[in-house]
Amino acid sequence: MSTPVPEAGPCAAWEGLLNGYLDGELDAAHVMDVERHLAGCPACAGALQRMTLVRRVVSQDDVRWRAPPALRDSVVAALARERSAAVAQPLARPSGIAALVGRLRAMLPALRQWSIIPSLAVVAAALLLVVLPPRGGSSLEEELVAGHVRSLLAEHLTDVASSNQHTVKPWFGGKIDFSPPVVDLAARGFPLAGGRLDYIGGRVVAALVYRRNGHVINVFVWPAGSDAHVDRAFMARAREGYTLLNWTEAGLTYWAISDLNTVELKEFQEDFLEALPK
Amino acid sequence: MAELSARHGHAAPAADRGHDGAAAARFDALILPHLDAAYNLARYLSRDPDAAQDIVQDAFLRAYRSFADFRGLSPRAWLLAIVRNCHATWRMQHRRAPQSAPLPHGDGEAPEDAASLLVDGDTPESLLLRRTEAEAVRALLEHLPEPLREVLVLRELDELSYREIAEVAGVPVGTVMSRLSRARRLFADLWSRAAPDGEAVP
Ligand SMILES: [Zn+2]
Repeated sequence: MSTPVPEAGPCAAWEGLLNGYLDGELDAAHVMDVERHLAGCPACAGALQRMTLVRRVVSQDDVRWRAPPALRDSVVAALARERSAAVAQPLARPSGIAALVGRLRAMLPALRQWSIIPSLAVVAAALLLVVLPPRGGSSLEEELVAGHVRSLLAEHLTDVASSNQHTVKPWFGGKIDFSPPVVDLAARGFPLAGGRLDYIGGRVVAALVYRRNGHVINVFVWPAGSDAHVDRAFMARAREGYTLLNWTEAGLTYWAISDLNTVELKEFQEDFLEALPK
Repeated sequence: MAELSARHGHAAPAADRGHDGAAAARFDALILPHLDAAYNLARYLSRDPDAAQDIVQDAFLRAYRSFADFRGLSPRAWLLAIVRNCHATWRMQHRRAPQSAPLPHGDGEAPEDAASLLVDGDTPESLLLRRTEAEAVRALLEHLPEPLREVLVLRELDELSYREIAEVAGVPVGTVMSRLSRARRLFADLWSRAAPDGEAVP
């Protein structure tokens, strides 16, 4: 303890409260106490300034370590192995459920209509997660379908349920590093249901949820990267009975997916684009 | 799905509970988005890129197997608590002595000797030789004693509340507050030495 500290420290009795003040952990009465003390105590005001500097310096984005892509892949692969082990378990025994799972697995390559059988669909979705390659090429579309199905089956359609764009848009703030546009299309017959975070193509993406009568539309949004080869060219695909539309707009990649037919989904997309702030 | 879970209940209970499609999807939606946060904590605790990967891999498997027990805590705090445990296991298995100075004694009121924390031949001036400010900050964080580094990382990089940090670190909220005070004081001290004019590498 021989090296002198450059600046005089704060009043000992106040240091904990200053930290709590900076971190927003104090109740209103203590906030007022701290502010009153700060007004008359340069040492504490200086200490608070230094704490704020520490926050600014430490919380820079480049200071945060990010998981290497290889780690992400191996975690996803390990989880898939866990799942296949959990699902494969009953195959060892000739029980009813084992036979069912076995039949489902055998059917899987040709499986097209499974999502209309709700009681089996969850099992199928679990298998789907195991079978799908994690990324790249057309597997992105499979992931999008899986994401859409997951949101319907897991009853996890929205993290923020609101038909108000001014509630949904700010909800994404701070959770992801981009800001998806949220537009109100109720007048066009596509009321907003809410928003959600999802996981597609190895990254966290925004999912906007709209409804059309009894149908759900998931719009997955993320920053356009090297995969943004489609520039405002609308790509429509059909897969597993779902329609997918892909477009890129203002640096963001969009994938709309629904069991609506292509004409209706196209209509949704055009309304969406038209409603975007210009 | 309750039926499915009940029927193949012969496996180890921890590996079996809740492993239906819905739970898997819930895990993907709630826990997987915190992979970066998990790696960040593992990397700062272990200060070893390879070990951090092993720790995170281990943590995700443990998290998946005990997902049925998840409740209350925020998903991020829950996962980070598991990462912290996995790091402790790794540290024990590798019998690795902490490379930085042990946490200095004191009640958190006495000024600490910041220079004594600079080991491995680093000096505040040598930190300036790092290419970017972020690299200097990382190096400096790595020099903080582990309990202080941990609270600072959980607070400033993972933005956990005091209550969440307390649960992750397994200490009372009051301890979180005093460690955070000491961590910030030490960091400010070291930083001002590395950049005497207060304006470090731009
Ligand atoms: Zn004071």
